[in-house]
Amino acid sequence: MPEHAADGTFVNPTGEVRDFLRRRREQIAQRWADEPLFRTVFTVSRDEAVEAAKAVVDALAEVADAARVEDPDAAGFSSVREQLGRMGTARSRAGLSAGQISSELASLRLPLENPLLADLQEAEAPEGHVRACMTTLTVLIGTLRVVVMQTALSEGQALIDRQRLQLLEVATPVIKLWDGIVAVPLIGTLDSARSQVVMETLLEAVVEQQARYAILDITGVPTVDSLVAQHLMKTVAAARLMGAECIVSGIRPAIAQTIVHLGLDLGTVVTRAGLADALAYALHKLGAGIVADADLR
Amino acid sequence: MHTAAGVEARLPIRSDMDLVWVRQHVRQAAAQLGFGLVDQTKLVTAASELARNTLVYGGGGTMESQHLVDGSSHGLRLVFSDQGPGIADVEQALSDGYTSGGGLGMGLGGARRLVHEFAIESAPGAGTTVRVTSWTGRTPRPREEH
Amino acid sequence: MYPGGAAGRVPVLKLGEVLLVTIQGDLHDSTAEQLQQDLSETIARSGATGVVIDISGVEIVDSFLGRVLAEIAAQSALLAARTVVVGMRPAVAITLVELGLTLPGLRTALSTEQAMDLLTGPSRLGGRRQESP
Repeated sequence: MPEHAADGTFVNPTGEVRDFLRRRREQIAQRWADEPLFRTVFTVSRDEAVEAAKAVVDALAEVADAARVEDPDAAGFSSVREQLGRMGTARSRAGLSAGQISSELASLRLPLENPLLADLQEAEAPEGHVRACMTTLTVLIGTLRVVVMQTALSEGQALIDRQRLQLLEVATPVIKLWDGIVAVPLIGTLDSARSQVVMETLLEAVVEQQARYAILDITGVPTVDSLVAQHLMKTVAAARLMGAECIVSGIRPAIAQTIVHLGLDLGTVVTRAGLADALAYALHKLGAGIVADADLR
Repeated sequence: MHTAAGVEARLPIRSDMDLVWVRQHVRQAAAQLGFGLVDQTKLVTAASELARNTLVYGGGGTMESQHLVDGSSHGLRLVFSDQGPGIADVEQALSDGYTSGGGLGMGLGGARRLVHEFAIESAPGAGTTVRVTSWTGRTPRPREEH
Repeated sequence: MYPGGAAGRVPVLKLGEVLLVTIQGDLHDSTAEQLQQDLSETIARSGATGVVIDISGVEIVDSFLGRVLAEIAAQSALLAARTVVVGMRPAVAITLVELGLTLPGLRTALSTEQAMDLLTGPSRLGGRRQESP
């Protein structure tokens, strides 16, 4: 029921909106379930859409109860944040622009406006209070819009992050060259994130293949700065701790010069000019040798 | 979507048994927030170093863990506090090889390299508070050498 | 009781001339120190020439456990036994390096078989040693 002060005036618009949402929960949910935002996302049954709508009504009532109608981080939203994100993402996958999704959300206000107005008129609320309640409702729906857009955006960001990581992994193939020898040919610029992935992928392969020798071939790497060199050294040290030896091959003359200029000490790292030399070194250490055909005859 | 349930906690650090609890709590919290295996291991190791400092140098204290959110990234913050004698020279304590007993002198400086954010407050006689945070989906920023 | 935590003693197995230790789960500091003591006594008593420590079941090695492993290797060397640490996980190795602990004095191997080769060799392939340059 509308909240009245002792003298009969209406004083608390957020409380009014909260009570209204709780009172008309069923009716609002039924109306919302027919809106495209719910209808096209919750397709299993109409009941599913109604339930989803009820969850949002409850969340809005809770936010109003806490008098945080302007706060997208209000605790009341947390129970429906995931659902709202899913709704936003689904609409966006259906080809809607951010603006279109936003106006679909704005249209959720209409099914609330008329019943609220009717309730207030029936209770003979003064005009000022009616206006305050309508403003509160508008703000609340506006905040809901912000929550959905925020969630959808962060979902998008998460997707981009995931894809970036997948791309890194795809760009880092570990090749088994021989029993006990694996190699990673690195192509392109090595940044911090990529170096990390390279390190992890190579070390995982060392365990999987029980590879005592791991070759990092940097023939395709245009530049090596001190950060990349540091990563290479760390990879070598970590492999050593696991019981494997790392060989860095394909250090081009320009890179060799840079390394010397930067004053980097690769002293503890086994290096070879090319991948073939590195392989020959590892084979030799494993006790396998390569002999020319002529020597076998 | 990850929730804070099971992530936020306050654990006592009074004995070397408690170190095991601290490690297990941090492991579970980090896994729950979606940290990868390597990042989990780094965080647990950092927690182990810092908890041992709290125990050995601070005479015991607590670890508090908090769940942070920044956009799509989840953060795990660990706060170690003790009421011990404090550290007179924080810079020196952070340098590798520094130790006033026991370990390999990798405690503070080593722990700092394993997390994304590191802050320490200490003064002689006023105890020590170390606050570390790591985030999911972020590579450690390149760190200047100290 | 500590879930997953190994309180008490780590068993030391004797295989010929080699002592085999398997560390599982999260070790208490006191258990690690106990192991260090047990090992030196067992080496002295049995005249073992090698120690293999399998840590493939260990999820983290901090500077304390790192120090214990380095000390075991050093004290075994004094008793004329060589130590090989086996099966360190990639995540553990990456973390140790980041921590600044590269444990240069420690021999390492990917598997117990390789460690045995290393200790009881020289086999035809020649035992590969992991030592600081």
